[in-house]
Amino acid sequence: MVIRKALDLWVGVFVAIGLGALLFLALKVGNLTTFSSAGTYLVAANFDNIGGLKKRAPVKSAGVVVGRVEDIVFDTEQYEATVTLALEKRYEFPKDTSAKILTAGLLGEQYIGLAAGGDSAKLKNGDRIKITQSAVVLENLISQFLFNKAAEGNKDIK
Amino acid sequence: MAAFIGFLENLGGRVTSAIHRLGFASRFLLLTLQNSGMSFRRFSLVVREIYFAGVLSLIIILVSGLFVGMVLGLQGYDTLVRYGSSSALGVLVALSLVRELGPVVAGLLFASRAGSAITAEIGLMKATEQLAAMEMMAVDPIARVVAPRFWAGVISMPLLAALFSAMGVFGGYLVGVRVIGVDEGSFWSQMQAAVDFREDILNGVIKSVVFGVAVTWIAVFEGYDAPPTAEGVSGATTRTVVTSSLSILALDFMLTAFMFRGT
Repeated sequence: MVIRKALDLWVGVFVAIGLGALLFLALKVGNLTTFSSAGTYLVAANFDNIGGLKKRAPVKSAGVVVGRVEDIVFDTEQYEATVTLALEKRYEFPKDTSAKILTAGLLGEQYIGLAAGGDSAKLKNGDRIKITQSAVVLENLISQFLFNKAAEGNKDIK
Repeated sequence: MAAFIGFLENLGGRVTSAIHRLGFASRFLLLTLQNSGMSFRRFSLVVREIYFAGVLSLIIILVSGLFVGMVLGLQGYDTLVRYGSSSALGVLVALSLVRELGPVVAGLLFASRAGSAITAEIGLMKATEQLAAMEMMAVDPIARVVAPRFWAGVISMPLLAALFSAMGVFGGYLVGVRVIGVDEGSFWSQMQAAVDFREDILNGVIKSVVFGVAVTWIAVFEGYDAPPTAEGVSGATTRTVVTSSLSILALDFMLTAFMFRGT
Protein backbone atom coordinates (compact mmCIF):
# COMPACT_ATOMS: atom_id res chain seq x y z
CA MET A 1 0.00 0.00 0.00
CA VAL A 2 2.96 2.29 0.67
CA ILE A 3 4.25 1.69 -2.86
CA ARG A 4 0.77 2.36 -4.21
CA LYS A 5 0.68 5.75 -2.47
CA ALA A 6 4.15 6.77 -3.70
CA LEU A 7 3.13 5.76 -7.21
CA ASP A 8 -0.06 7.79 -7.08
CA LEU A 9 1.91 10.76 -5.84
CA TRP A 10 4.38 10.57 -8.72
CA VAL A 11 1.64 10.18 -11.30
CA GLY A 12 -0.18 13.12 -9.74
CA VAL A 13 2.97 15.23 -9.92
CA PHE A 14 3.50 14.16 -13.54
CA VAL A 15 -0.04 15.05 -14.61
CA ALA A 16 0.10 18.34 -12.71
CA ILE A 17 3.36 19.53 -14.26
CA GLY A 18 2.18 18.30 -17.68
CA LEU A 19 -0.95 20.42 -17.42
CA GLY A 20 1.21 23.22 -16.03
CA ALA A 21 3.37 23.05 -19.15
CA LEU A 22 0.25 23.27 -21.32
CA LEU A 23 -0.91 26.27 -19.35
CA PHE A 24 2.52 27.85 -19.75
CA LEU A 25 2.33 27.30 -23.51
CA ALA A 26 -1.17 28.74 -23.67
CA LEU A 27 -0.56 31.81 -21.53
CA LYS A 28 3.11 32.69 -21.83
CA VAL A 29 4.00 31.38 -25.30
CA GLY A 30 0.61 31.78 -26.97
CA ASN A 31 -1.66 34.78 -26.92
CA LEU A 32 -4.68 33.38 -25.14
CA THR A 33 -4.71 36.17 -22.59
CA THR A 34 -4.22 39.13 -24.87
CA PHE A 35 -7.04 38.46 -27.26
CA SER A 36 -10.32 36.71 -26.77
CA SER A 37 -12.68 35.84 -29.59
CA ALA A 38 -15.65 37.07 -27.53
CA GLY A 39 -16.51 40.74 -27.50
CA THR A 40 -15.69 41.80 -31.04
CA TYR A 41 -17.64 43.65 -33.69
CA LEU A 42 -17.24 43.23 -37.44
CA VAL A 43 -16.43 46.08 -39.81
CA ALA A 44 -15.90 45.74 -43.57
CA ALA A 45 -13.45 47.64 -45.75
CA ASN A 46 -12.84 47.52 -49.50
CA PHE A 47 -9.34 47.69 -50.92
CA ASP A 48 -8.14 47.88 -54.54
CA ASN A 49 -5.25 45.66 -53.66
CA ILE A 50 -4.51 43.86 -50.42
CA GLY A 51 -0.98 42.79 -51.32
CA GLY A 52 0.06 39.94 -49.04
CA LEU A 53 -2.51 40.50 -46.28
CA LYS A 54 -3.63 37.27 -44.66
CA LYS A 55 -6.47 36.16 -42.43
CA ARG A 56 -5.78 36.69 -38.72
CA ALA A 57 -3.33 39.50 -39.50
CA PRO A 58 -3.36 42.15 -36.77
CA VAL A 59 -5.36 45.37 -37.01
CA LYS A 60 -3.47 48.16 -35.28
CA SER A 61 -4.25 51.70 -34.34
CA ALA A 62 -1.41 53.88 -33.08
CA GLY A 63 0.63 50.67 -32.95
CA VAL A 64 -1.71 48.89 -30.54
CA VAL A 65 -3.41 45.69 -31.69
CA VAL A 66 -7.15 46.41 -31.64
CA GLY A 67 -8.40 43.46 -33.65
CA ARG A 68 -7.74 40.84 -36.31
CA VAL A 69 -8.55 40.32 -39.97
CA GLU A 70 -11.53 37.97 -39.89
CA ASP A 71 -12.09 37.25 -43.56
CA ILE A 72 -10.90 38.28 -47.02
CA VAL A 73 -13.13 37.79 -50.08
CA PHE A 74 -13.13 39.07 -53.64
CA ASP A 75 -16.08 41.32 -54.45
CA THR A 76 -17.25 40.31 -57.93
CA GLU A 77 -19.37 43.46 -58.42
CA GLN A 78 -16.74 46.10 -57.79
CA TYR A 79 -13.72 43.86 -58.51
CA GLU A 80 -12.17 44.77 -55.21
CA ALA A 81 -11.12 42.87 -52.12
CA THR A 82 -13.54 43.03 -49.20
CA VAL A 83 -11.74 42.60 -45.88
CA THR A 84 -13.76 41.93 -42.74
CA LEU A 85 -12.13 43.19 -39.55
CA ALA A 86 -13.01 41.89 -36.09
CA LEU A 87 -12.37 44.77 -33.69
CA GLU A 88 -12.50 44.46 -29.92
CA LYS A 89 -15.63 45.90 -28.36
CA ARG A 90 -13.72 48.06 -25.89
CA TYR A 91 -12.12 50.00 -28.77
CA GLU A 92 -14.61 52.26 -30.52
CA PHE A 93 -13.74 54.22 -33.64
CA PRO A 94 -15.41 57.21 -35.34
CA LYS A 95 -17.42 56.62 -38.51
CA ASP A 96 -14.86 58.37 -40.73
CA THR A 97 -11.93 56.21 -39.61
CA SER A 98 -9.55 55.34 -42.44
CA ALA A 99 -7.83 52.00 -43.00
CA LYS A 100 -4.42 51.45 -44.59
CA ILE A 101 -2.56 48.27 -45.38
CA LEU A 102 0.93 48.64 -43.94
CA THR A 103 4.02 46.47 -43.71
CA ALA A 104 5.93 45.81 -40.51
CA GLY A 105 9.53 46.47 -41.47
CA LEU A 106 10.86 46.07 -44.98
CA LEU A 107 10.04 42.38 -45.36
CA GLY A 108 7.71 41.92 -42.42
CA GLU A 109 4.10 40.79 -42.32
CA GLN A 110 1.34 43.06 -43.52
CA TYR A 111 -1.23 44.48 -41.16
CA ILE A 112 -4.05 46.99 -41.24
CA GLY A 113 -3.53 50.37 -39.66
CA LEU A 114 -6.57 52.36 -38.53
CA ALA A 115 -6.40 56.15 -38.24
CA ALA A 116 -9.32 57.65 -36.30
CA GLY A 117 -11.28 60.52 -37.86
CA GLY A 118 -13.25 63.29 -36.18
CA ASP A 119 -16.84 62.11 -36.54
CA SER A 120 -18.84 61.86 -33.33
CA ALA A 121 -20.81 58.81 -34.53
CA LYS A 122 -19.05 55.52 -33.83
CA LEU A 123 -18.52 52.49 -36.09
CA LYS A 124 -21.03 49.73 -35.37
CA ASN A 125 -21.20 46.04 -36.20
CA GLY A 126 -21.67 45.62 -39.97
CA ASP A 127 -20.50 49.13 -40.89
CA ARG A 128 -18.12 49.82 -43.74
CA ILE A 129 -14.92 51.85 -43.60
CA LYS A 130 -15.10 54.20 -46.59
CA ILE A 131 -11.61 55.68 -46.71
CA THR A 132 -9.04 53.02 -47.49
CA GLN A 133 -5.55 52.90 -48.85
CA SER A 134 -4.25 49.80 -50.60
CA ALA A 135 -1.06 47.92 -49.97
CA VAL A 136 2.06 49.29 -51.59
CA VAL A 137 3.05 46.83 -54.30
CA LEU A 138 6.80 46.96 -54.71
CA GLU A 139 6.68 46.23 -58.46
CA ASN A 140 4.36 49.20 -59.10
CA LEU A 141 6.60 51.42 -57.04
CA ILE A 142 9.69 50.35 -58.98
CA SER A 143 8.02 50.74 -62.37
CA GLN A 144 6.76 54.20 -61.36
CA PHE A 145 10.26 55.14 -60.36
CA LEU A 146 11.68 53.81 -63.64
CA PHE A 147 9.11 55.69 -65.73
CA ASN A 148 9.88 58.89 -63.85
CA LYS A 149 13.58 58.37 -64.44
CA ALA A 150 12.93 57.69 -68.11
CA ALA A 151 10.83 60.84 -68.39
CA GLU A 152 13.59 62.89 -66.74
CA GLY A 153 16.14 61.32 -69.12
CA ASN A 154 14.03 62.44 -72.15
CA LYS A 155 13.92 65.96 -70.78
CA ASP A 156 17.69 66.07 -70.51
CA ILE A 157 18.12 64.99 -74.14
CA LYS A 158 15.84 67.80 -75.30
CA MET B 1 13.20 -19.84 -63.78
CA ALA B 2 12.52 -21.76 -60.60
CA ALA B 3 14.51 -19.18 -58.68
CA PHE B 4 12.41 -16.42 -60.19
CA ILE B 5 9.17 -18.16 -59.25
CA GLY B 6 10.57 -18.70 -55.78
CA PHE B 7 11.35 -14.97 -55.59
CA LEU B 8 7.81 -14.08 -56.69
CA GLU B 9 6.33 -16.48 -54.15
CA ASN B 10 8.50 -14.99 -51.44
CA LEU B 11 7.49 -11.45 -52.40
CA GLY B 12 3.80 -12.32 -52.53
CA GLY B 13 4.04 -14.11 -49.20
CA ARG B 14 5.62 -11.07 -47.60
CA VAL B 15 2.93 -8.75 -48.95
CA THR B 16 0.03 -10.96 -47.89
CA SER B 17 1.51 -11.55 -44.44
CA ALA B 18 1.98 -7.78 -44.00
CA ILE B 19 -1.67 -7.24 -44.94
CA HIS B 20 -2.69 -10.05 -42.57
CA ARG B 21 -0.78 -8.37 -39.76
CA LEU B 22 -2.34 -5.00 -40.55
CA GLY B 23 -5.79 -6.55 -40.44
CA PHE B 24 -5.05 -8.28 -37.14
CA ALA B 25 -3.59 -5.07 -35.73
CA SER B 26 -6.76 -3.14 -36.64
CA ARG B 27 -8.95 -5.83 -35.11
CA PHE B 28 -6.70 -5.77 -32.05
CA LEU B 29 -7.14 -1.99 -31.68
CA LEU B 30 -10.90 -2.40 -31.92
CA LEU B 31 -10.78 -5.19 -29.35
CA THR B 32 -8.67 -3.01 -27.03
CA LEU B 33 -11.13 -0.13 -27.31
CA GLN B 34 -14.07 -2.47 -26.67
CA ASN B 35 -12.40 -3.93 -23.60
CA SER B 36 -11.22 -0.66 -22.06
CA GLY B 37 -14.22 -0.35 -19.76
CA MET B 38 -12.28 -2.04 -16.98
CA SER B 39 -9.38 0.44 -17.32
CA PHE B 40 -11.71 3.27 -16.38
CA ARG B 41 -13.63 1.43 -13.70
CA ARG B 42 -10.37 0.41 -12.06
CA PHE B 43 -8.40 3.51 -12.93
CA SER B 44 -5.56 2.52 -10.59
CA LEU B 45 -4.49 0.05 -13.29
CA VAL B 46 -3.99 2.95 -15.70
CA VAL B 47 -2.31 5.09 -13.04
CA ARG B 48 0.26 2.34 -12.50
CA GLU B 49 1.03 2.27 -16.22
CA ILE B 50 1.17 6.07 -16.44
CA TYR B 51 3.90 5.82 -13.82
CA PHE B 52 5.94 3.44 -15.98
CA ALA B 53 5.24 5.10 -19.34
CA GLY B 54 5.02 8.74 -18.34
CA VAL B 55 6.77 9.47 -15.06
CA LEU B 56 9.82 7.38 -15.87
CA SER B 57 10.12 9.13 -19.28
CA LEU B 58 10.15 12.54 -17.60
CA ILE B 59 13.93 12.85 -17.22
CA ILE B 60 14.78 12.06 -20.82
CA ILE B 61 11.98 14.30 -22.13
CA LEU B 62 12.89 17.27 -19.93
CA VAL B 63 16.63 17.06 -20.57
CA SER B 64 16.32 16.61 -24.32
CA GLY B 65 13.70 19.38 -24.50
CA LEU B 66 16.06 21.74 -22.74
CA PHE B 67 18.95 20.90 -25.05
CA VAL B 68 16.87 21.05 -28.22
CA GLY B 69 15.63 24.49 -27.16
CA MET B 70 19.14 25.70 -26.39
CA VAL B 71 20.42 24.48 -29.77
CA LEU B 72 17.48 26.18 -31.48
CA GLY B 73 18.36 29.38 -29.64
CA LEU B 74 21.99 29.27 -30.76
CA GLN B 75 21.35 28.26 -34.36
CA GLY B 76 18.32 30.50 -34.76
CA TYR B 77 20.23 33.51 -33.45
CA ASP B 78 23.13 32.77 -35.79
CA THR B 79 20.82 32.87 -38.82
CA LEU B 80 18.45 35.62 -37.71
CA VAL B 81 21.20 38.08 -36.81
CA ARG B 82 22.27 38.14 -40.46
CA TYR B 83 18.90 39.65 -41.34
CA GLY B 84 18.96 41.97 -38.40
CA SER B 85 15.91 40.34 -36.86
CA SER B 86 17.37 38.61 -33.84
CA SER B 87 14.40 39.82 -31.81
CA ALA B 88 12.31 37.25 -33.68
CA LEU B 89 14.28 34.48 -31.96
CA GLY B 90 11.41 33.77 -29.57
CA VAL B 91 9.02 33.27 -32.48
CA LEU B 92 11.40 30.86 -34.20
CA VAL B 93 12.04 28.81 -31.06
CA ALA B 94 8.40 28.70 -29.93
CA LEU B 95 6.83 27.96 -33.30
CA SER B 96 9.27 25.22 -34.27
CA LEU B 97 8.87 23.58 -30.87
CA VAL B 98 5.11 23.87 -30.48
CA ARG B 99 4.25 22.92 -34.04
CA GLU B 100 6.80 20.26 -34.92
CA LEU B 101 9.69 19.41 -32.66
CA GLY B 102 7.71 19.08 -29.43
CA PRO B 103 5.25 16.41 -30.60
CA VAL B 104 7.66 14.67 -33.00
CA VAL B 105 10.81 14.44 -30.88
CA ALA B 106 8.81 13.69 -27.72
CA GLY B 107 7.01 10.99 -29.74
CA LEU B 108 10.27 9.47 -30.95
CA LEU B 109 11.71 9.48 -27.43
CA PHE B 110 8.46 8.07 -26.04
CA ALA B 111 8.55 5.27 -28.62
CA SER B 112 12.07 4.25 -27.71
CA ARG B 113 11.72 4.79 -23.96
CA ALA B 114 8.20 3.60 -23.18
CA GLY B 115 7.01 1.82 -26.34
CA SER B 116 9.88 -0.65 -26.30
CA ALA B 117 9.31 -1.34 -22.60
CA ILE B 118 5.60 -2.03 -23.18
CA THR B 119 6.38 -4.43 -26.02
CA ALA B 120 9.05 -6.25 -24.06
CA GLU B 121 6.79 -6.56 -21.01
CA ILE B 122 3.77 -7.90 -22.87
CA GLY B 123 5.95 -10.11 -25.06
CA LEU B 124 7.64 -11.62 -22.03
CA MET B 125 4.28 -12.13 -20.32
CA LYS B 126 3.22 -14.04 -23.40
CA ALA B 127 6.47 -16.03 -23.57
CA THR B 128 6.18 -17.04 -19.92
CA GLU B 129 2.51 -17.91 -20.51
CA GLN B 130 1.20 -15.39 -18.01
CA LEU B 131 -1.37 -14.24 -20.56
CA ALA B 132 -2.53 -17.83 -21.07
CA ALA B 133 -2.75 -18.26 -17.30
CA MET B 134 -4.95 -15.16 -17.04
CA GLU B 135 -7.28 -16.58 -19.66
CA MET B 136 -7.45 -19.80 -17.64
CA MET B 137 -8.61 -17.74 -14.67
CA ALA B 138 -11.26 -16.09 -16.87
CA VAL B 139 -9.41 -12.75 -16.80
CA ASP B 140 -9.31 -11.18 -20.23
CA PRO B 141 -5.63 -10.26 -20.84
CA ILE B 142 -6.66 -7.54 -23.28
CA ALA B 143 -8.81 -5.83 -20.66
CA ARG B 144 -6.36 -6.46 -17.79
CA VAL B 145 -2.95 -5.99 -19.48
CA VAL B 146 -3.29 -4.34 -22.89
CA ALA B 147 -5.99 -1.69 -22.44
CA PRO B 148 -4.49 0.02 -19.32
CA ARG B 149 -1.12 0.32 -21.07
CA PHE B 150 -2.77 1.68 -24.19
CA TRP B 151 -4.68 4.37 -22.30
CA ALA B 152 -1.68 5.23 -20.15
CA GLY B 153 0.31 5.92 -23.34
CA VAL B 154 -2.48 7.98 -24.87
CA ILE B 155 -2.74 10.09 -21.69
CA SER B 156 1.01 10.46 -21.12
CA MET B 157 2.07 11.44 -24.62
CA PRO B 158 0.38 14.89 -24.88
CA LEU B 159 1.63 15.80 -21.39
CA LEU B 160 5.17 14.77 -22.30
CA ALA B 161 5.02 16.72 -25.58
CA ALA B 162 3.78 19.83 -23.77
CA LEU B 163 6.57 19.47 -21.22
CA PHE B 164 9.10 19.06 -24.01
CA SER B 165 7.90 22.23 -25.74
CA ALA B 166 7.83 24.20 -22.50
CA MET B 167 11.34 23.06 -21.57
CA GLY B 168 12.49 23.88 -25.10
CA VAL B 169 11.12 27.41 -24.91
CA PHE B 170 12.83 27.78 -21.55
CA GLY B 171 16.10 26.51 -23.06
CA GLY B 172 15.78 28.95 -25.95
CA TYR B 173 15.14 31.72 -23.42
CA LEU B 174 18.21 30.74 -21.40
CA VAL B 175 20.54 30.80 -24.39
CA GLY B 176 18.88 33.63 -26.33
CA VAL B 177 18.19 36.10 -23.54
CA ARG B 178 20.47 35.12 -20.66
CA VAL B 179 23.61 34.13 -22.61
CA ILE B 180 23.48 35.94 -25.95
CA GLY B 181 21.53 38.94 -24.76
CA VAL B 182 18.50 39.23 -27.03
CA ASP B 183 16.08 41.75 -25.58
CA GLU B 184 13.83 39.94 -23.12
CA GLY B 185 10.73 42.00 -23.83
CA SER B 186 10.79 41.50 -27.58
CA PHE B 187 11.64 37.82 -27.13
CA TRP B 188 8.37 37.17 -25.25
CA SER B 189 6.13 39.74 -26.89
CA GLN B 190 6.98 38.74 -30.47
CA MET B 191 6.48 35.13 -29.46
CA GLN B 192 3.07 35.88 -27.98
CA ALA B 193 2.05 37.88 -31.02
CA ALA B 194 3.03 35.12 -33.44
CA VAL B 195 1.93 31.95 -31.61
CA ASP B 196 -1.78 31.38 -31.88
CA PHE B 197 -3.50 29.20 -29.29
CA ARG B 198 -5.85 27.36 -31.63
CA GLU B 199 -3.69 27.32 -34.74
CA ASP B 200 -0.37 26.35 -33.18
CA ILE B 201 -0.71 25.03 -29.63
CA LEU B 202 -3.95 23.09 -30.04
CA ASN B 203 -2.75 21.58 -33.31
CA GLY B 204 0.45 20.53 -31.56
CA VAL B 205 -1.59 18.86 -28.82
CA ILE B 206 -3.73 17.08 -31.43
CA LYS B 207 -0.54 15.84 -33.10
CA SER B 208 0.82 14.48 -29.84
CA VAL B 209 -2.45 12.67 -29.07
CA VAL B 210 -2.35 11.04 -32.52
CA PHE B 211 1.29 10.03 -32.00
CA GLY B 212 0.42 8.67 -28.56
CA VAL B 213 -2.31 6.45 -30.03
CA ALA B 214 -0.02 5.29 -32.85
CA VAL B 215 3.00 4.50 -30.65
CA THR B 216 1.13 2.65 -27.91
CA TRP B 217 -1.05 0.81 -30.40
CA ILE B 218 2.07 -0.45 -32.21
CA ALA B 219 3.78 -1.24 -28.90
CA VAL B 220 0.96 -3.29 -27.38
CA PHE B 221 0.26 -5.02 -30.69
CA GLU B 222 3.89 -6.01 -31.29
CA GLY B 223 4.08 -7.32 -27.73
CA TYR B 224 0.87 -9.31 -28.03
CA ASP B 225 1.84 -10.64 -31.45
CA ALA B 226 5.46 -11.48 -30.55
CA PRO B 227 6.58 -15.07 -31.03
CA PRO B 228 6.89 -16.47 -27.49
CA THR B 229 10.65 -16.90 -27.58
CA ALA B 230 13.60 -14.78 -26.45
CA GLU B 231 14.40 -13.98 -30.08
CA GLY B 232 10.77 -13.21 -30.85
CA VAL B 233 10.49 -10.70 -28.01
CA SER B 234 13.73 -8.94 -28.92
CA GLY B 235 12.65 -8.77 -32.59
CA ALA B 236 9.26 -7.39 -31.59
CA THR B 237 10.89 -4.71 -29.43
CA THR B 238 13.09 -3.60 -32.31
CA ARG B 239 10.10 -3.57 -34.66
CA THR B 240 8.14 -1.41 -32.21
CA VAL B 241 10.81 1.28 -32.20
CA VAL B 242 11.35 1.20 -35.98
CA THR B 243 7.68 1.04 -36.97
CA SER B 244 6.48 3.64 -34.51
CA SER B 245 9.30 6.07 -35.37
CA LEU B 246 8.51 5.77 -39.07
CA SER B 247 4.79 6.11 -38.51
CA ILE B 248 5.32 9.19 -36.32
CA LEU B 249 7.25 10.87 -39.13
CA ALA B 250 4.74 9.83 -41.80
CA LEU B 251 1.74 10.85 -39.67
CA ASP B 252 3.44 14.14 -38.89
CA PHE B 253 3.75 14.92 -42.57
CA MET B 254 0.08 14.13 -43.15
CA LEU B 255 -1.14 16.11 -40.15
CA THR B 256 1.05 19.08 -41.05
CA ALA B 257 -0.29 19.02 -44.62
CA PHE B 258 -3.83 19.19 -43.19
CA MET B 259 -3.20 21.71 -40.44
CA PHE B 260 -0.73 24.24 -41.81
CA ARG B 261 -1.51 24.54 -45.48
CA GLY B 262 -1.45 28.29 -45.10
CA THR B 263 -4.35 30.59 -45.81
